[in-house]
Amino acid sequence: MTTDTATLASNAPDGPLADKWNTHRANMKLVAPQNRRKFDIIIVGTGLAGGAAAATLGEMGYNVKVFCYQDSPRRAHSIAAQGGINASKNYKNDGDSDYRLFYDTIKGGDYRARESNVYRLAEISRNIIDQCVAQGVPFAREYGGLLDTRSFGGAQVSRTFYARGQTGQQLLLGAYQALTRQIEVGTVTMYPRTEMLDLVVKDGKAAGIVVRDLVTGEVSSHSAHAVVLGTGGYGNAFFLSTNAKGCNATAIWRAHRKGAYFANPCYTQIHPTCIPVSGDHQSKLTLMSESLRNDGRIWVPKDKNETRTANAIPEDERDYYLERIYPAFANLVPRDVASRAAKRMVDAGHGVGPLKNGVYLDFKSAIERLGRETIEQRYGNLFDMYANIAGEDPYKVPMRIYPAVHYTMGGLWVDYNLMSNLPGLFVIGEANFSDHGANRLGASALMQGLSDGYFVLPATLPNYLAGMLGTPAPDPSSAEFKAVESEVQDRVSKLLSINGKQTVDAIHRRLGKVLWDNCGMGRNAEGLRTAQKEIAALREEFWSDVKVLGSGADFNQSLEKAGRVADFFELGELLAQDALDREESCGGHFREEHQTPEGEALRDDEHFSYVAAWEFGGTGKPGVLHKEQLTFEYAHPTQRSYK
Amino acid sequence: MTISLTLKVWRQKGPNAAGGFETYSVPDVNEDMSFLEMLDVVNEDLITSGKEPIAFDSDCREGICGMCGVVINGRPHGSVAHVTTCQLHMRNFRTGDTIVVEPWRAKSFPIIKDLVVDRTAFDRIIQSGGFISASTGSAPDANATLVPKAVADKAMDAAACIGCGACVAACPNGAAQLFTSAKVSHLNVLPQGQPERWARVASMVDTMEEYFGSCTNFGECEAVCPASVSINFIAQMNRDYLRAKFKDRRSLVRAADVANDEG
Repeated sequence: MTTDTATLASNAPDGPLADKWNTHRANMKLVAPQNRRKFDIIIVGTGLAGGAAAATLGEMGYNVKVFCYQDSPRRAHSIAAQGGINASKNYKNDGDSDYRLFYDTIKGGDYRARESNVYRLAEISRNIIDQCVAQGVPFAREYGGLLDTRSFGGAQVSRTFYARGQTGQQLLLGAYQALTRQIEVGTVTMYPRTEMLDLVVKDGKAAGIVVRDLVTGEVSSHSAHAVVLGTGGYGNAFFLSTNAKGCNATAIWRAHRKGAYFANPCYTQIHPTCIPVSGDHQSKLTLMSESLRNDGRIWVPKDKNETRTANAIPEDERDYYLERIYPAFANLVPRDVASRAAKRMVDAGHGVGPLKNGVYLDFKSAIERLGRETIEQRYGNLFDMYANIAGEDPYKVPMRIYPAVHYTMGGLWVDYNLMSNLPGLFVIGEANFSDHGANRLGASALMQGLSDGYFVLPATLPNYLAGMLGTPAPDPSSAEFKAVESEVQDRVSKLLSINGKQTVDAIHRRLGKVLWDNCGMGRNAEGLRTAQKEIAALREEFWSDVKVLGSGADFNQSLEKAGRVADFFELGELLAQDALDREESCGGHFREEHQTPEGEALRDDEHFSYVAAWEFGGTGKPGVLHKEQLTFEYAHPTQRSYK
Repeated sequence: MTISLTLKVWRQKGPNAAGGFETYSVPDVNEDMSFLEMLDVVNEDLITSGKEPIAFDSDCREGICGMCGVVINGRPHGSVAHVTTCQLHMRNFRTGDTIVVEPWRAKSFPIIKDLVVDRTAFDRIIQSGGFISASTGSAPDANATLVPKAVADKAMDAAACIGCGACVAACPNGAAQLFTSAKVSHLNVLPQGQPERWARVASMVDTMEEYFGSCTNFGECEAVCPASVSINFIAQMNRDYLRAKFKDRRSLVRAADVANDEG
C-alpha cells in the first residue's frame, strides 16, 4: 500500500465551534438572484438529500437537472426510514441542546467524525423540523397540538420527531412535493428512469455526467457548472441488506474512479433489529424500526437447548441481556453495541426461531403497561409488516430479530463545504462520508440528508459557483464527453457479450456472503485477506462468466443490475483493504484483534484518529491512502461506555 | 413447506408490441417467499435457460416505496387486503394454484415492458398543486402553529398513500380519485395548507381529469389500497372542489371577497 504523506484539509473555518457555521456563512461568496439562472447544476438522486437540494436550489433560481433511476423521484429509499428524525429542539425540556446532540453524535460515532460538521448538523436540526412542518409533514402531535417526540438509541433525551412508523416517507414526500413545485415552474428538469453511468472531468473539474435512459437504452451526456451526488450508500454490496433492490454505488464508484477519494469504506452499519433470514430465496432484509426498542425488551432463553415457545418460557429463565450488561441505556444502546451483543448470544447458541438465528424483541410487558391500543398507535404499521413477513402475530408472540446491513457511514470524501477533492463535485447525504464517524445513531440519517440538502449545500454551492460567473457550462458534445460516452457504451456491450453461465444475482449473492462472513459484524486480518482474494477472483469470474441477456437499446433490468454489481466488486475490495488497514476497532468497524476484556470496541486514538480517504489505484490494485487528521477540541475521546 | 404453481404471465416486448400470456410451471416455492421473490426465482431459471426474464418494477420490497405492483388473479396486489405485491407472501397460495399475473391495466399507465408501466401521470397531478409553497428558510418555529391531534392523524391517514397506482388499476373507469384525494386531503386539512386550499384542489382535480377516467363510486380503489386510504377522502375532495369552483365564479363578480374568504 502506498500512503500519500500530504494530509487532506477539511477547510472548516477557525474559531469557536458554535460560531463556525455562522462565520462561514457570513464570509462565503453569493450569487445574485438575477445571475442564478445562468448556472447549470446536475443533481443525481432524489432522496432526502438530493430531493431537498434540488427543490431548494430551484427555489433560489438555479437551473437544475435532476436524475433518478426509479420511475418517479418519490420512490427514493429514504422513503423506507421508519422511526424518526432527531432535532435539538428541547421541546421536552429534558436537557437537550445543540451541544448535547453534537456530543451524542460524536460519541455515538466513536470519535471518528469531524467536530465542525457535526456541530453544524446539530444547529441545523432545528431548522429542519421547522421547514418540514411548514411543508405539511404530518408529524405526531400531542393532544394540545404541539409536536410529540420519542427516544432513540444512544441518547438520554427525547429528541426524535416522527410520523407514525413512516417518518422517512413523510419527509421524502415533503421534499418530493417541493421538488415537483419547481418542476412545474420550470427551474428543475426531471429525468426519471435515467441512471448515471459515469462522471466527466474536464480541466480537473467535474464537468458533467453520462447517463443511460433505462427505457430506451440511449446513452447521453449532460454538462453543468457543478455536479451533486446524492445517490445513497453501498450496503447492497452485501447482497442482503435493508436497502432497496435498486440502491447502488455506481455513481459514487464511477466518480471515485475518476479521481474522487473514497473515505472510510469499512464503516458499515449493521442494524440490530431486522427480521432474520428465512431461506436461500431471500432478496432483501426488512428492518424493524429502532424505535421499537423504546417499548420492546430484547431477550434470549438462558438454556441453549430451549425448545418451548417464547411465551412458555418463565421470566427467570430469560436473559434480558442488554438490560443486564448495559443498565444505563439498556435496550436503547447504540446500534453497533446492540448488534454485536445479539451476535454474541446467537454465536453462543442462544438463538431463537427455526434456524436459531434470531433473538426475541418482546412487547408483552409494554402491552400490559400501556394497553394494546397505545402500542398499535405507536407501531401499528410495523407490527402489520412483521406479521406479513414472518407469519406470526407480534401482539401475541415476541418478534424475532437479528442484525443486518443497513447503512454505510463511509462514502466519498468531502470537505466542510461538502465538496469532494474534485472541484465542482459535491456529495450529500449517505453518499458522502461525513458526520456519523464510525457509527450512525438512529434517526440521524434523515437529519443529515435534509441538513445537507435544504441548508448546507444551498449555502456552500454558490460560494463555488460565484467565481464562474460569465463562464458557460462545458460543451456536452466536446471530446471529453464523447470519450466517456464511448467508455460507457463499451462497458454495456462488454456485459452483453460475455454470455457466460451465471446470472448476475447468483454471483452477487456469493460476493455478499464473502463480505458478510469476513467484513460484517466481526473482522480479523486473516478473514480480510481471504476476502480480498475471494472478491478479486469473483470479479474476474463475473467478467468472464456472467450471463446478461437482451439488448442495450431496450428496457433491460439484468443489464442495469450487472453494471451495478460490477462496481460492487471493486468497492468490496477497497472495503476489505480499508478494514485491514484500520488496526483498531471503532463503531461499526470491529476488529476482533482489538477489543476490551468485555468485548467492546477498542480504539487506538494515537494511530488511527484520522479519516482514511482512498485514491483509486486501478482495477485490482490497492488504493492509495490519504489522511485527514481528526482533532477533538470539545468532545474529548474516551472509551465509549453505555453501562 | 413448499408448493407448486402454474403462472400465466403477461409478456410484452415494448410499448407498441403485441403482448400475450406465457405459461410457466414453478415447482418448490418456499412459503416464506414474497410474491416478487417467487418471480425472482422464475427469472433466474429463465435466464439460465437463455430466455429473457420477466420485467417487473420493485424497489424497497418492504411495502412503502410504491414502485411494485401487478394484477394477481384479477386483483391489484393480489387477494390479501392492504398489502403491496412485495409484501404478499406465498403462504397465501396452495399447491396446484394457477396464478394469472398482469400489469396495471389503465390507459393512463401505458405499458413499458411486460409488467412495467409508466405512472408519470401521477407525478403530473402532484406537480399541479400537491404541495404547500414553503420555500426553504422561510418557516416559523415548528410549534408556532398548533395542529390538533385529530387533524394531524387525519392528515397522516391520507398522507400514507404510497402512489402505487393500484386504485387506478382496480377502477373500472381507470379513475385516480383515491390517489388525488389522498394528497388533497392531507394538505387541505392542515392549517399550513389553508392559503392554497382552493387553488390546490381545483388545479389537481383538473389535471387528474386530463389523464384519468371518472369516478362512479364503485369503491374498488379503497378495497385494494395497500395503505388503507379511505374513500371518504374522495368526498372531502369533491366538496372542496365544488367550493373552490363556486369561489371562482364569485371572484369574477367580486374579486375582493376572495381575500376575505381565504381559509
